[in-house]
Amino acid sequence: MTTPVIELRDVSRGYDDGPPALSDVTLTVHAGEAVAVLGPSGSGKSTLLNLIAGLDRPDTGTVTVAGVRVDELGEAASARHRRARVGMVFQFFNLLDDLTVADNVVLPAQLAGMARGEAARRAADLLDQLGVARHARAYPGRLSGGERQRVAVARALMNRPALLLADEPTGALDTASGEDVSTLLTELNAEGQTLVVVTHDLALARSCTRRTIQLVDGRVAGDVSVEPTR
Amino acid sequence: MSALSRVVRSGVARRRVQTVVIGLATTMAVTSSVLGGSLLVASTAPFDDAFAEQRGAHLSAVFDAGKATPEQLSVPVDGVTASAGPFPVTTITPSDNGPGRNGAGGQAPGGQAPLTVAGRTDPGGGPVDAVTLTEGEWADEPGELVVSADGPHAHSPTGSAVGRRITLTDGSTLTVVGLARSVSRTADGWVPPSWVTAPESYQVLYRFTAAESVDAGREAVVAAVPADAMTGSQSWLVLKKAADRSVAVFVPFLVAFGVLGLVMSLLVVGNVVAGAVGAGTRRIGILKALGSTPAQVVRAYMAQALIPAAVGTAIGAVAGNLLAIPVLAETEDVYGAVKLTVAPWVNVVVVVGALALVSVTAWVSALRAGRLRTVDAIAVGRTPRPGRGRWAARLTARLPVPRPVGLGLARPFARPARAAAMTAAVLFGATAVTFAVGLASSLNQIQIARDHDAADVTIGVSDPGPQPGSRPGGRPAAAPDPAAVSDVIAAQAGTRAHYRTSRTQVTVTGVAGTTAVVSFTGDATWDGYQLVSGRWFTQPGEAVAPTPFLAATGTEVGDTVTLDDGGKTVTVRIVGDVFEMSNDGMVVLTDAATLTAGNDAKGATHHIAVQPGTDVNTYIDSLNAALAPLGATARPGRSGQASDTIILINSLTATLTLMLVAVAAMGVLNAVVLDTRDRIRDLGVHKALGMTPRQTIAMVIASVVVIGVVGGAVGVPAGVALHGAVLPAMGESAGIGLPASAHAVHSLPELVLLGIGGLLIAIVGASLPATWAARTSTATALRTE
Ligand SMILES: Nc1ncnc2c1ncn2[C@@H]1O[C@H](COP(=O)(O)OP(=O)(O)O)[C@@H](O)[C@H]1O
Ligand SMILES: [Mg+2]
Repeated sequence: MTTPVIELRDVSRGYDDGPPALSDVTLTVHAGEAVAVLGPSGSGKSTLLNLIAGLDRPDTGTVTVAGVRVDELGEAASARHRRARVGMVFQFFNLLDDLTVADNVVLPAQLAGMARGEAARRAADLLDQLGVARHARAYPGRLSGGERQRVAVARALMNRPALLLADEPTGALDTASGEDVSTLLTELNAEGQTLVVVTHDLALARSCTRRTIQLVDGRVAGDVSVEPTR
Repeated sequence: MSALSRVVRSGVARRRVQTVVIGLATTMAVTSSVLGGSLLVASTAPFDDAFAEQRGAHLSAVFDAGKATPEQLSVPVDGVTASAGPFPVTTITPSDNGPGRNGAGGQAPGGQAPLTVAGRTDPGGGPVDAVTLTEGEWADEPGELVVSADGPHAHSPTGSAVGRRITLTDGSTLTVVGLARSVSRTADGWVPPSWVTAPESYQVLYRFTAAESVDAGREAVVAAVPADAMTGSQSWLVLKKAADRSVAVFVPFLVAFGVLGLVMSLLVVGNVVAGAVGAGTRRIGILKALGSTPAQVVRAYMAQALIPAAVGTAIGAVAGNLLAIPVLAETEDVYGAVKLTVAPWVNVVVVVGALALVSVTAWVSALRAGRLRTVDAIAVGRTPRPGRGRWAARLTARLPVPRPVGLGLARPFARPARAAAMTAAVLFGATAVTFAVGLASSLNQIQIARDHDAADVTIGVSDPGPQPGSRPGGRPAAAPDPAAVSDVIAAQAGTRAHYRTSRTQVTVTGVAGTTAVVSFTGDATWDGYQLVSGRWFTQPGEAVAPTPFLAATGTEVGDTVTLDDGGKTVTVRIVGDVFEMSNDGMVVLTDAATLTAGNDAKGATHHIAVQPGTDVNTYIDSLNAALAPLGATARPGRSGQASDTIILINSLTATLTLMLVAVAAMGVLNAVVLDTRDRIRDLGVHKALGMTPRQTIAMVIASVVVIGVVGGAVGVPAGVALHGAVLPAMGESAGIGLPASAHAVHSLPELVLLGIGGLLIAIVGASLPATWAARTSTATALRTE
């Protein structure tokens, strides 16, 4: 096995009211793995992703991503960590409506200070690779859900992150578009992209990952790996 | 309704910033309105109010103690409704060796100017001239003295003169126990009657049935007392004219400020309330979906705005009244008024007006929200209407600036209405600051021009500045030979420049009353004299005169006037319109050689500038040693002393400007808070993509840069234009021409700085929400629906 990209130890996170969103979660994800996090609504899936991305901090426990203790980073350091190593894809795309598709995709690189020309070239390549190049100058509002999610994936990949996190990426899509995005993620993983996908869609989990983690009430209720079918 | 009001109350609690901003904006608006309103009211008729309050003397007359007894002066006179006195009057002269001279702070400004003191058992309560004690207590014991709050003896180097001991030329001492103000200016000081053992004269104060016909009253008095007994008298009309004129200068200033403050408050409070209700649109939609009627919604939202506004109004009213106490106290000194207080109706008008404004704005915007189709209202918070200002986003994406800055710069174009409101707030703030700074420096210039007190050292100057009318009973001190004094000054090491002036009264054909002629020996142009037009006189036969004299004589610069000096006539050519306020502007300034010799004998004042690097005190000591045989004493000039008026103007300007700027910044703050809240999800996305807190702050601040620049670029010229319009109005209402130095007060670097000030207002307003934006939890932001 290769070096762990994600390592959570005894992580708990609760909010002011109600039971903890996560309690005593320990898990390890290695480079090149594709992991699906499954669980009913409110089981703590998004909380888990936010902790890994450094958008949130655990109450107890440690979160290490690509060798960096994410839970110990300050705001600025965690932003830098995110833009260098973590790409995020959301259920509702979260594209910026006032920016063109190309400007959306290039944004992470610009925030990281990548040279203008280089960033533009990479964005164009990505859009091409993901089959949305003809929409580069359009605004997200004009695109279909599936196309928007492809753009969102392109944006997440812009800085060649070690880790791609997707929170219910097909949750807002019709079946056809959902399968389309699922195929895309599978291909990315096949090319070596480490992937964590949160979903409650078993079909998605089966098609693009070989390992599923089941969350129930903030606890890991199951962690199953299946042998590759190919 | 109670369920609805609960929803509203939870809305108030949740929109804490909004609520605080509404409260603060109304606080500021009400505070500045109460202050501005009170000043306006106080400015309408300060002299008349004070005169009525003190039952001022229509005529204060002085009688020779050798020619009339107190009994003879107490006879009833026709047309007199009330009289006070006779009070014994004497002139006292503080000696050179008093403690003031050798005290640590140097000499008191009053110095050795003689004082006319009247013997009175109490400050007033009598039927005429109820003198107001402004500090300390009344002089009950012999040896105690109360001095006029308006005179040069009212101040000591350490502040108030109370407690100071004054040694007189006859060796006796008086202790200042209080300061008092007589609107009728009946004396320089008051002592117990028993202290005046040998009165030179008696003073009687009269009120007439016909207040306007003082001359008739004077004749009646003269007829009732022994012949030739009256040696001097002073009409209240003269005082009133002078007082009204000096107050008139300030009225447009205060009106302009009051109006600016009101417009600003209107703008910001209106904006804040409209913004708050507008931001509640989605909530309104939900309320309606749950079955509230539009009317219920409107009422509920008015309540939401009115709760913080009412609290803000209450705080503002208290703050305004508290702040008005010191400001009005200063104003009393400037106006020579007594007991200025906040008029109750000002409070009522401001409070009612503020609440009405908030209600109407809230009502209009709630009505709009209430009328929205429920579906649209619910949709509002959800899908931001994209499409506006995309050209700006495209443009800034190409700009060679860091991406967060570019994103921020494009922001105002996405919400043009909100940006316009912010720009208006900044614009008004910049206008106010520019106007205030300009006016304050103009008034400072006017003060400099009017005092022309650039001299480091003076001789014979007792009370610089305008004296409303000449006080009766004063006795000129024995005059040293002016030419001899000038020679000593010229010979003194360290003298850079010096001149002397002397005053005479002349008449001008066709002009009622007398005109003062100030004769100059030596070059006086360095001493702050300012010309409205024309030039300073350069040879005998030429003269300069102020606007009131030119108006009264119907002359213009270039014309000649004939002055009648007791039979001898002299024709002078007016070569300049000079800014001079003494003797109500009925003055002619000319070369001493213009008039026949001999005027100097009536006493001259000498004005000296010392060489740079010369120690003034050492200079004065050695000059005084040289002057001793001539009987003249040199004293420091007043140059270091800021006048009460300037202090008042500056502190008022600072207070009001600060408040207006705060209101402007709050307008920006509010708009940026609304904007940040609207874009909370976008901010979350940015952060998820790796935007650091610093980049977030840069983005939010950049979003107001365009607004600040535009607001400053328009507001500063607007302020200059306003200044250009108000200043002549000030001169006009005071009946004086203003010197050029008062007009051109804005220098280019200053204007640029002020423009940057507009940008700063915007940046300060945005910086707080910017840090909030940087701190919001991304996880929470992304969770919002
Ligand atoms: N920012 C937050 N504030 C309060 N409670 C939260 C917050 N985020 C998540 N929770 C709570 O934590 C639990 C897990 O939420 P989440 O991780 O979003 O679940 P999932 O993504 O599996 O639906 C839920 O009960 C949710 O209400
Ligand atoms: Mg979730």
